[in-house]
Amino acid sequence: MQFWVIQTLNSLALGGLLFLLSSGFSLIFGLMRIANLTHGALFMLGAYLGVSILRFVPNLWIAALLGGLAVAVFGGLLERFLLRKLAGNVLGQVLVTLGIAFIIADACLVIWGGDPIPVPTPQALQQPLRLWGFAFPSYRLAVVGIAVAAAIGLYLLMERTRLGAMIRAGVDDMQMARAVGIPVSKLFTIVFCLGAALAGAGGILGGPMLSAYPGLDADMLPLALIIVMLGGVGSLIGAFVGSFIIGFIYTFGVALLPDLAYVILFLPMIFVIAFRPRGLFGRFAA
Amino acid sequence: MNRAAWLAVLGAALVALPWVAGEFYVNLTSQILIATVFAASINLLLGYGGLPTLGHAAYVGVAAYVSALLYLKLGLAHWLSAPIALIGTTLMACAFGWIALRATGLGFLMLTLALSQVLWGTAYRWVSMTDGDNGLRGLTRPSPFGISLDGATAFYYFALAVTVASIWLMAKFVASPFGAALQGTRDQPRRMSALGHNVGLIRWLAFVYSGFWGAVAGLLFVYYHKYIHPISLSLTNSAEGLLAVIAGGPGTLAGPIVGATIVMLLKNYVSTYIERWNMLLGFVFVLIIVFMPAGLVPGVRRWWAVWRARRT
Repeated sequence: MQFWVIQTLNSLALGGLLFLLSSGFSLIFGLMRIANLTHGALFMLGAYLGVSILRFVPNLWIAALLGGLAVAVFGGLLERFLLRKLAGNVLGQVLVTLGIAFIIADACLVIWGGDPIPVPTPQALQQPLRLWGFAFPSYRLAVVGIAVAAAIGLYLLMERTRLGAMIRAGVDDMQMARAVGIPVSKLFTIVFCLGAALAGAGGILGGPMLSAYPGLDADMLPLALIIVMLGGVGSLIGAFVGSFIIGFIYTFGVALLPDLAYVILFLPMIFVIAFRPRGLFGRFAA
Repeated sequence: MNRAAWLAVLGAALVALPWVAGEFYVNLTSQILIATVFAASINLLLGYGGLPTLGHAAYVGVAAYVSALLYLKLGLAHWLSAPIALIGTTLMACAFGWIALRATGLGFLMLTLALSQVLWGTAYRWVSMTDGDNGLRGLTRPSPFGISLDGATAFYYFALAVTVASIWLMAKFVASPFGAALQGTRDQPRRMSALGHNVGLIRWLAFVYSGFWGAVAGLLFVYYHKYIHPISLSLTNSAEGLLAVIAGGPGTLAGPIVGATIVMLLKNYVSTYIERWNMLLGFVFVLIIVFMPAGLVPGVRRWWAVWRARRT
C-alpha cells in the first residue's frame, strides 16, 4: 500500500515539474508557432545554475527564483537576437533552437562536468509528513503545490489580464492582432522569457528529485513534446492535464516495468494520433 | 565539363582511392559513404517531400540493433540477419510513418523526434537486451560471396558499391512519376489533392522508402564499427544527418553527398583537436541556417552561374 501511495505522489510531483516545463513550451508554440527545442536544455541549464547558486545562497527557493530569472534573460536574448532574424522561416527557427540546445548541453558538460550533481532537499522539508499512517515525502508535496500555484497564476495571467488577452489574441489570429495594434513581436519576447523562466525554475525545483546530470535535457524534451501533443498546442489546461497523465504513465512505467518504461510513452502518442489529432484540449492541430 | 564527365572523374577517384591513400583515409571515406546514404535518405523526406524529420536515426539504430541482436542472441548468419533487419526496420517505418504523417510541418517534426527519443531511451534502459550504455560489442562483418570484408579496402569497396546503388535507386525514385508527385505534395499539397492524388499515401510511401534506406545505412554502420551504442539512436545522430542535408542543399542529389562529406570531415578532424563535437555541431547548425539557408550546393551553383555570366 505504501508503494502505491508513494508512487502516486511521485507521479504527481513529476507531473508538477513537467507542467513547469511544458506550459512554457506550449505557450511558445501556441503564439510563435515554433517548437522550441531548447526547452529541455533550458530545464537542464536551470538545474545546473541552481547548483551553482546554492553554493552561495543556501536556499532552494531563492535559487529557483534567481536561476529562473537568469534563464529568462537567456531566452529573451535568444528570441530577440537570433529567432527574430529568421522570422517567417519556421523550420529555420526550429533548427536554430536545436543548434542552441546542443551548444547549451555541451557548455554545461564543460562547466559542470560529467558526473551527476545531487541537489539537497531544503532542511525544512526533509522530514516526511505523517498522515493516516502513511509517510509522505514533504518536498514532493511542495512541488505539487508550486505547480498548482503556477498553473493558477498562469491561468489568471492569461484570462484576467490585458497582457493575457493580447497573448490569446495573438494565438488565435496573429495577423488580426497585429492589425488592431497589438505589439505581437514584443509579446513573442515576453512569452519566450516566461517559458524559459518556467523551464529554468522547474529544473532547479526538480533538482532534489532528479539531480542535475548530462542528458537531463534529452530526457525531458521528449516528455515535453509528448505532453504538448497530448494536451493540445497552446492550451494551458492541456499542458496541465497532459503533464499529470505523463507523470503517472512514466513513474509507474519506471516502477513496474523499468526496462520498457519508455515504450509505454508510445501509448499516449498513438492515442492522440488515432482518436484526437488536435490533442485533448487543442483548438488546432500542431 | 558536363555532368557525365564530372561523375566519371569522381567515380575514378573513388575507385582509385585505396591505391593512393592510406588506411586512415580509406576508413574515413567509408564513413563518409555511410553518412551519405543516411543523409540521402533524409533528403528524400526533407528535400523532395518537404517533411522535416528529426528522428531518422531511429532507422539506422534499429537496423543496427536488430542485426547485432540476431547475431549475438540467436547466432544468425548475416545473409539471414541482414534481410530480417531491413524488413523489420521498414515495417517499423510503416508504423512510424502512419503515426508521424497524421501531422505535417512542425507536428511531423515533433512526432518523429518523440518517436525516436522513445527508442533511444529504451536502448539505454533495456539493459538485459541492449546492455545499455555499454553498447553491444563482439560483432562481425559479413563476407558476401566468400569475400571477407575485414580489411579496410575490402569494406571500402563494399560500402562504395552499396552507396552507389542506393544513390542511383534514390535518384531513379525522385525522377520517376512518383517522385514528381512527391515534389508536388511538397509544393502544392492542396492542388495535388484536388487533382486526385492521394497526398497522405504518397507521403507515407516516401516515408517508408526513406526508412528503408536509413536501415541500409544502419547495416553499413554496424558492419563498419562492429559495435552499436544507444548514441546511434540519439537526437545528435538525427541532427547530424539533417545538418548534412541542410548544409549540402535539400532537394538536390549532390547536396547530401557534399553535406555528409563536410559533416564527417568536420567531425573527424575537429574531434582530434577538441572534444567538443556537439558544441561545434550546434554552431554549424546556427551559422548555416542564418547565413546559407538554401545550402552549399544551390549557393555555390548560383555563384558559379553569376561568374560564368560575367565571363561571357
